[in-house]
Amino acid sequence: MALKDITLGQYFPGNSVVHRLDPRTKLICVVLYIVALFLASWFITYAVMFGVLAGAIALSKVPPKSILRGLKPILFIVVFTALLNIFYTPGTTVLAQVWIFTVTLEGLWRAFFMVIRIMMLISGTFLLTYTTSPILLTDGLESLLGPLKKVRVPVHELAMMMSIALRFIPTLIEETDKIMSAQRARGADFESGNLIQRAKALLPLLVPLFISAFRRADELATAMECRCYHGGEGRTRLRQLKYQARDYMTLFLFLATTIGVGVLGHFGL
Amino acid sequence: MGTIIKTEDLRFSYPAVEGVTPVVLDGVDLEIEEGSFVAVLGHNGCGKSTLAKHMNAILLPSGGAVYVDGIDTADEDKLLDIRRTVGMVFQNPDNQIVANVVEEDVAFAPENLGIPPAEIRQRVDDALKAVNMYDHREHAPHLLSGGQKQRVAIAGVIAMQPRCIVLDEPTAMLDPIGRKDVLRTIKALNRERGVTVVLITHHMDEAAQADRLIVMAKGKVVADGAPKAVFSQVEELRKVGLTVPQTTQLLWELRQEGYDVPLDALSDEECAQALYELLR
Repeated sequence: MALKDITLGQYFPGNSVVHRLDPRTKLICVVLYIVALFLASWFITYAVMFGVLAGAIALSKVPPKSILRGLKPILFIVVFTALLNIFYTPGTTVLAQVWIFTVTLEGLWRAFFMVIRIMMLISGTFLLTYTTSPILLTDGLESLLGPLKKVRVPVHELAMMMSIALRFIPTLIEETDKIMSAQRARGADFESGNLIQRAKALLPLLVPLFISAFRRADELATAMECRCYHGGEGRTRLRQLKYQARDYMTLFLFLATTIGVGVLGHFGL
Repeated sequence: MGTIIKTEDLRFSYPAVEGVTPVVLDGVDLEIEEGSFVAVLGHNGCGKSTLAKHMNAILLPSGGAVYVDGIDTADEDKLLDIRRTVGMVFQNPDNQIVANVVEEDVAFAPENLGIPPAEIRQRVDDALKAVNMYDHREHAPHLLSGGQKQRVAIAGVIAMQPRCIVLDEPTAMLDPIGRKDVLRTIKALNRERGVTVVLITHHMDEAAQADRLIVMAKGKVVADGAPKAVFSQVEELRKVGLTVPQTTQLLWELRQEGYDVPLDALSDEECAQALYELLR
């Protein structure tokens, strides 16, 4: 198992229009996009949504292949949902009936659109993480959720935790690799045996890893205090987020699309 | 110049375990001049790291007092003033870096202080240039070498524009090249910017480069003075379990054999010169 291959919150560095959009714009657009996807109901509306997704992917210059690759892990969920929809949608046009399973025309259509919806949903959110660096993403979230501070939601703390978690992922992966090598050198076996045996072999790995993670956390907290960290109050940022003309345009386009799709979807198009 | 850090009969002990109170600091009186380069030398467990942590109110004394620029560190309202006056760098660079981009990390302290973005930018650039890491400003810290990471950590402290930097064994986890780079950076900060440096270390050669050397053992200061003067006290240092630099060791052994050589020739060149004088 090559731990270094694990990618979390994958980010394709680039300089496309999509990359340069304000992270807040992208977050809002993704939410609008998801809402629109659920409002879409028939070919025309889905075609519009597909157009939006394809356009965004083309503009981002992210290879479509890597987006398709991202869909692989959810294949099981897609198939499962499709089957459920095929067999459990009540309808009038019965196509086939085997034992207790009934396949209706309505069920087929519904399964078809559900599969498309899930795949487009995942692709859209992938595009967000592909084109936005994790830091900008947390900054954007912190800024967008800012108003929640008034109702005592610890927005700054949550964003800080997220960015520290992201910062420490590579460090902890490196550490895991080291501990694994050290234990392998003393005869530990991580590769053979069945699932339960392998899980058991991982236990002696987790204990030192946890201890070291706690020690790191303690030291980091001290170092942060030394650098005058005292929560989000009165904190300024090196990088100010600023909406540009292109952000307003994008937001307007997405809002218009969502409303349009909502109206069309309402009429069953 | 005035005194920047002052300790008065500083005592510190951890809570008693099974009736025994572990005393870490046992009455330390020190005055650190502004603009000086002070090394604190001692064995593991001699209390040098604990002393360092008292210098910016990470730990508070169990007895006695510590003053930073005249402010008592026990004064909680002045905590931020104390911490922006005395910055601290630790042993493990990995556990001090907060952000996943170098310049974002250096910006962390000024951000906490609420400095306007334009000035943060200026301070970050300035700090990164001071540690010679400006070209790496957009890199991810985990891809840097140990010495580079530690220099980023130092830049993160400099960006606060502290008047004093306390470094707690900053080179202990580094390879020889990284050690050299970090030490050069520290010295440049002291010489060129007049930042007071307190370097906690157990490396003789690093301690020898300071203006003033404080030797600690069992929570007490056992020697204090210019490195040359301190290292000449070979027997006293041996008593507290410290070895002296090889040059001093050689001259001391020659003296034991009855040769007339000076003990305060610390650098290789000085030592060679002393031997040359002897042989001539």
